Amino acid sequence: MRIECPLCGGRDRREFYYKGAALVRPDVDAGAQAWDGYVHLRENPAGATLDLWQHEAGCGAWLVVSRDTVTHEVYGVQLAAAYSVGARA
Amino acid sequence: MRVSEQGSGDTVRFRFDGVGYSGRMGDTVASALLASGVKLVARSFKYHRPRGILTAGSEEPNALITVGKGAQAEPNVRATVQEVYDGLEVFSQSAWPSLKFDAMAVNDLAAPFLGAGFYYKTFMWPKAFWEKLYEPVIRRAAGLGRLSGRHNPDTYDKAFAFCDLLVVGSGPSGLMAARVAADAGLDVILCEEDSRMGGRLLVEREDVGGVPAAQWAERQVEALAAMPNVRLMTRTTVTGAYDGGVFGALERVTHHVPRSGAPLECFWRITAARTVLAAGALERPIAFENNDRPGIMMAGAVRAYLNRWGVAAGQRVVVFGNNDDAHRTARDLHGAGVEVAALIDARADAEVGDVPYPVHLGAQVCGSTGRGGLTSVRVRTGAGEVNIKADCLAMSGGWNPTVHLTCHMNGRPAWREDIAAFVPTPDAIPSLEAAGACNGAFSTAACLAEGAEAASRVVEALGGAASVEMPEAEDAAYRIAPLWAVAGKGRAWLDFQNDVSVKDVKQAAVENFRSVEHMKRYTTQGMATDQGKNSNVGALAVLADATGRGIPETGVTTFRPPYSPVAIAALGAGAQGKGFAPERLTTSHKQSEEMGAPMIEAGLWYRPSYFPRDGETTWRQSCDREVGYVRKAVGVCDVSTLGKIDIQGPDAAKLLDFVYTGMFSTLKEGRVRYGLMLREDGTVMDDGTCARMGAEHYVMTTTTAAAGDVMRHLEFVCQMLHPEWDVTFTSVTEQWAQFAVAGPKSRELLNGVLGEAIDNESWPFMACGEATVLGVAGRLFRISFSGEHAYEVAVPARYGAALFAELVKRAEAMGGGAYGMEALNVLRIEKGHITHSEIHGRVMAFDVGMERMVSDKKDCVGKVLAAREGLVDPMRERMVGLRPVGAVKSLSAGAHIFDAGAAHVHENDQGYVTSVCFSPDVGTMIGLGFVKNGPARMGERMVVRDHVRDLTVEVEICSPVFVDPEGGRVRG
Amino acid sequence: MDRLQATSPCAGLLPMTVGALSVEEMKAGPITSVAPFKGASMASVERALGVPFPAPLQSTGDTALRCVWVGQGEALLIGAVPDASLRSYAAVVDQSDAWAVVTLRGAQGPEALARLVPVDTRPARFGVGATMRTQLGHMNASITRLDEQTVMIAVFRSMAGTLVHDLRRALEAVAARS
Repeated sequence: MRIECPLCGGRDRREFYYKGAALVRPDVDAGAQAWDGYVHLRENPAGATLDLWQHEAGCGAWLVVSRDTVTHEVYGVQLAAAYSVGARA
Repeated sequence: MRVSEQGSGDTVRFRFDGVGYSGRMGDTVASALLASGVKLVARSFKYHRPRGILTAGSEEPNALITVGKGAQAEPNVRATVQEVYDGLEVFSQSAWPSLKFDAMAVNDLAAPFLGAGFYYKTFMWPKAFWEKLYEPVIRRAAGLGRLSGRHNPDTYDKAFAFCDLLVVGSGPSGLMAARVAADAGLDVILCEEDSRMGGRLLVEREDVGGVPAAQWAERQVEALAAMPNVRLMTRTTVTGAYDGGVFGALERVTHHVPRSGAPLECFWRITAARTVLAAGALERPIAFENNDRPGIMMAGAVRAYLNRWGVAAGQRVVVFGNNDDAHRTARDLHGAGVEVAALIDARADAEVGDVPYPVHLGAQVCGSTGRGGLTSVRVRTGAGEVNIKADCLAMSGGWNPTVHLTCHMNGRPAWREDIAAFVPTPDAIPSLEAAGACNGAFSTAACLAEGAEAASRVVEALGGAASVEMPEAEDAAYRIAPLWAVAGKGRAWLDFQNDVSVKDVKQAAVENFRSVEHMKRYTTQGMATDQGKNSNVGALAVLADATGRGIPETGVTTFRPPYSPVAIAALGAGAQGKGFAPERLTTSHKQSEEMGAPMIEAGLWYRPSYFPRDGETTWRQSCDREVGYVRKAVGVCDVSTLGKIDIQGPDAAKLLDFVYTGMFSTLKEGRVRYGLMLREDGTVMDDGTCARMGAEHYVMTTTTAAAGDVMRHLEFVCQMLHPEWDVTFTSVTEQWAQFAVAGPKSRELLNGVLGEAIDNESWPFMACGEATVLGVAGRLFRISFSGEHAYEVAVPARYGAALFAELVKRAEAMGGGAYGMEALNVLRIEKGHITHSEIHGRVMAFDVGMERMVSDKKDCVGKVLAAREGLVDPMRERMVGLRPVGAVKSLSAGAHIFDAGAAHVHENDQGYVTSVCFSPDVGTMIGLGFVKNGPARMGERMVVRDHVRDLTVEVEICSPVFVDPEGGRVRG
Repeated sequence: MDRLQATSPCAGLLPMTVGALSVEEMKAGPITSVAPFKGASMASVERALGVPFPAPLQSTGDTALRCVWVGQGEALLIGAVPDASLRSYAAVVDQSDAWAVVTLRGAQGPEALARLVPVDTRPARFGVGATMRTQLGHMNASITRLDEQTVMIAVFRSMAGTLVHDLRRALEAVAARS
């Protein structure tokens, strides 16, 4: 598997650390359900996912990768910082 | 028998089962043995039937040999792949006491009882017999070669490669594709499994571009070799196709020469923008009674041995096929002066033309005779059965495109009725295109054209322009009428390597193993090292017939990597010994070793356990002495391995307030504070200190174990959660060599090395700042892990070795010295300081008595979920000290804690022990652990039970702080 | 004793030559991590640096003073201590002792690196001045091409021994084929 890092270009999967689903952190007072959803509840789709990877052995950037769990196709990669600003807006 | 000297090299001498043979440079063991008239080369796996060479390639199921002796012996090498060289020694396998007389051949007589599923039926009862009797006996009798059981002294290599176009296979399609792409300037890698490029062009008698095919191939290879944008890789099998255009390839680097110390094999990971698969096709046998005798070979292989190596596989050959391609074998043999006893074509309407040898159309070979080697074949014609004398039968059931790689990402091949074979499904591997015979195009002209077209599409896709010059070549149609198995009573073999017969497959169907995947596992069809390369399609055709279905409906089993066997040593190349993991060494490492300190691994770091002295016979003696240094004088310990992160920027304080439970924005400059980090689920992640070096400048320390995790966590917070914050961080773990100087005399020692002397006013507990150390600009932190008056002093790493030596020397002069990890651990347990033994991943701040450290003035990671009801329940297991009070004074980490008098069972579990040590201060072993409602149970007597070490200890629950509970010493 | 003796990261380990390739410890001089603050004027940063701040995968400057991109928003200034004014615009952290820095010299350099690095380092794909963060064996590394024949490799100081071990194995594998 290869991931196209927006800064470093296409790199082997071994350079990346996997975290999990790319979710927006709730506010402190968002309530138990929102927090439960953020920390514990996960979809497990056969198909498109959006998850967080870090180019740990490369530039250190956190990335949001959209990919397919069935075909393993990577649809797109963006910097988490850019994604986060957009997702929270 | 060698019939032609054409193209053969110098004579080399090698040995097979101790007997000397000669071959020619360029020979495989198979071609050299055939040239010497050797037919019997192996015994089969299960029935120990005599077997000969069947093929001329890596798909060979029979001719497995062991190469070399002793620790370097390599089992299961295919004689059709192993090249000969002077001094080569090879041995047959699976036979005892000898190949000619194999005692285990009695299995063959017992065959009626050893059919499909015999393992499952025969060895069921009684249960205990399987492990003790059946399996050992079966294992001794079976087995394909044996490992030496010794350390493998050979070296292996691995490498990464990159290209625009990877071409797999160098036959007409592959050469053409490589040439077109290379001419257009693409970066090309061409991989060929054989020692020579050319594929079938090397073994067919035909012209390409007006010259003999082999010559045309040679010219292409020469042209490609001269181009800087081309990498030619012979003896390299592409073994697997993976995500993202990545391919695995095994290069056999030095198997063809005597051992020289150079790597034996190299495993390549090739990343290709595009790939052309030009893997060719594999010929399939026809099943008939006793079709496995030595001398019965594939027709294409007989032709290959003749045309490439000048070797006739027999002196009187019968050719038997169901397709036109087989006719070429008869033609070439006759042309080379070898007697063709008969050409038998199962098709009544086959066109043979006027040939000078007997032809039987609409006939089938239905049996064979000859112990240890073929003597005659039985042929069933319209007029009855006749015996034809022959020492070689060249058979062809048609060709199977080598679709394997196209199925490695879950693709399924498609059945093509006209060629009676499976072909690749387009786009089964993204960016890979199949061309030529592996795509079902069998004439040379079609192969050349498909190779050129595939490469042209790649060139255009990558933005180039291709120009193609097509050479003229043979373009005969491939005609075939399927024939899988000849009707008959005896055993007709499908899988030669696992001894699976037509009867076995039919039996599987009868017993309702109708799915091809079930049939495979029940009969072991295709499960040997050759993975059924020449037998799977035949077997599923038999299954289709037996179950009354069509072949496409029956389907194929799943092709998985690797295409051909890969040694684990090649996959793991470079990871043996010191290549397994990096070693991180501190600047004091050398001196610690010189002082005799055994090293303990902490992550990738190596840290000294203790520093033994003359006369000390146990580690405990050293440890107790070192603890004494710190409690009574002064000890020195290298703490450089702790993570150190430099944090700067206007929002530095904001970040720290967010990642620590406590407040750091209120920390004064020049001061240090202890901090606790949580995960978002509320669990404790790490702890450490953080020093404020300036208004917008902090230095955070982490534990050695979690340094990487914390760094990643900070990056995550700043990139994903708060990208708006203006804060940067840099690991400075490696920049600074840092030493703990601890004990009542620590300040006295430091004042001897600091540029400016310090006292309790200028440098109180938890102070930090810049300091000159023996003329070097460094940093000084007054922090303590031991509970004593202590400091950590840091200098740039280049001075680490020298400073450590100086500090140890001075400490020794003051009645102290260096201390290691064992003493460090005792010192912190005595003070109830936590490490990852305590914060092990399911412990909350509440559980270690630090709930008050979670500031209610601000948000922080983990704050919300740490406050959940169940996580602040007093009945949770919470940290306490443990002190033995009964006769047994031993404690062990991992033991569980029970109420006195309660049975030591899970239901009664009250907690567990996390850390133990012998405390010189207390005079017994002490421990830290977690007990339900622990802090409320001080003074209670409980029982620690270790089921693993069979230890029962009466303990008293006490405060986790065993030494200086008032904490006065750190401030002194 | 008024001054501590300095030890270099690869002391006793280098130089080494295997076949046509050689590895030497580089006397890099001061190394400073520079990470500009958000909204800092890049002109001011570059004035203080003395060389342009490099774009991703690039280095600027020359042998005397080089600035090498090492990650998102961060570069290493190698060769001289930056002007003190830089601290107003960027996080400035001394890293002079944090890295083991070596040069690998020889036309077959990319062949040797291919044994350790999962990225193409051939001059055609990784030209003079180009840099990358990647893995070398199991270590995180910074690799920069200095000229056609030479690459600079940096790993954390504590792993100098492993760096030399891994490079030696790679050089031997290349030499065994020549």
